[in-house]
Amino acid sequence: MIKLVGVEKTLGGQRVLQGIDITIPAGKLTTVIGKSGEGKSVLLKHMIGLLQPDRGQVWVGDVEISRLKGRALNDVRKRFAMLFQGAALFDSLSVFENVAFPLREKLRMKGTEVTRRVEEKLEQVGLEGMGHKFPAELSGGMKKRAGLARALVMEPEIILFDEPTTGLDPLMAKSIHDLIVAMHQRFKFTAVMVSHEIPEVFGISDWVAMLRKGKIALMAPAAEFVKTTDPEIQEFISVSGPVALSGTASR
Amino acid sequence: MVERLGAWAIELIQEMGRMLLFVLSSFAWLTRPPLRIVQIVKQLHFIGYKSTFVVVLTAGFTGMVLALQGYYTLRKFGSEGLLGSAVALSMIRELGPVLAALMVTARAGSAMTAEIGIMRITEQIDALDTMAINPLQYLIAPKLVAGLIGVPLLVAIFDVVGIYGGYLVGVELLGGNGGAYWNSIESAVDWKDVYGGILKSISFGLIVSWVCCYKGFFTRHSAEGLGRATTEAVVLSSVLILVWDYFLTSVLL
Repeated sequence: MIKLVGVEKTLGGQRVLQGIDITIPAGKLTTVIGKSGEGKSVLLKHMIGLLQPDRGQVWVGDVEISRLKGRALNDVRKRFAMLFQGAALFDSLSVFENVAFPLREKLRMKGTEVTRRVEEKLEQVGLEGMGHKFPAELSGGMKKRAGLARALVMEPEIILFDEPTTGLDPLMAKSIHDLIVAMHQRFKFTAVMVSHEIPEVFGISDWVAMLRKGKIALMAPAAEFVKTTDPEIQEFISVSGPVALSGTASR
Repeated sequence: MVERLGAWAIELIQEMGRMLLFVLSSFAWLTRPPLRIVQIVKQLHFIGYKSTFVVVLTAGFTGMVLALQGYYTLRKFGSEGLLGSAVALSMIRELGPVLAALMVTARAGSAMTAEIGIMRITEQIDALDTMAINPLQYLIAPKLVAGLIGVPLLVAIFDVVGIYGGYLVGVELLGGNGGAYWNSIESAVDWKDVYGGILKSISFGLIVSWVCCYKGFFTRHSAEGLGRATTEAVVLSSVLILVWDYFLTSVLL
């Protein structure tokens, strides 16, 4: 579904990605982990063309997007949605208008059909009755839910999640994870998530990839990943204790 | 030192090129559907209508102080009857376009830079990109159009209020001749003066919205970056208005 081949990227004089080779399987939830500053968000932004690699290729299906611009790139982006770290809700629009935004702008949809789809999505993410509120009136968790509703409303093939639970308390983070998993199981989209939530990600992901020193150190199904014998990776994922397959740290 | 100077010169030329590409791309997107009429009207409301109070206030006091200074100067030569033309020509040719544009820069321009800068920092502009919506078409082009329409309208208001402010002081307060005030305006002001004022106001409207939108769009990702962008936008807009005013005046005269 998504494939990066030999992707290199330098930002601000620093070599962030130093030859990324990764294939994201279709219909699965893949989580990218790694230390802070390794370039996980940079990697994610390459997948949707927000950044172009200095070298290498980015494939979405059978389209190579690394040098695409304008309408050609927009045609690829129509397959995507993205939940940003801060949700990136438009401040001047209400929650309802934020979720309706892609429907009105891209599908030129109007009237009761927009209302029906938006209210359906808000209910699915647990924000029913909140459509009239503005982003400034929402908590962090509610913003993420609203951002998720906006990402889901166009029923995309691929959703990218950039640290969806950063800044949230453990209970709220768990509820966001549960929501992502529930939506993934229901709508079967391809999901790529960047997350620091170890060991929780092993309980919700199909595949896990670790970014280390600008390259993919390991990518494997979650159950195999936790059994890795690489001492550095084991140290990283076991910071809260040895990881059980349920995605919790066993003490 | 030569190397630093060279690097600075190259950076300056690159910045000028980026700014030109920015405004040309934005205008190119204007011609493609959807036409964003609602956004244009909203921006016109923000830049134009909401700046009216500060423009009226500035215009009133500018006209009043112009009349105050002018009256006593002209009285030395027994030419108080020319007060109306002095106030009107100053307003229409120079003070109206320049001061109105500077007020719009301070009020609406800085707000535009801050709004777009915050959208950049909080990834709202990236969100538009990911939804395959061009940020130049959705965000920037309506602001450019609103600047081109709104500032000339504000300048017209500025001129009228300023002339009446001059009348208030010159005639009502200082006892000048009201008939002479209006007659001198009618005889001195012609279409060339008005046309020059309109041309200036349109170009100043473009400068304000262009520079302020550009600085906000390319804000660095930090609070310090946003603060710097807002300051640079206001300073650069103001300087460009004054510099362009000189060149346009030298061409028009």
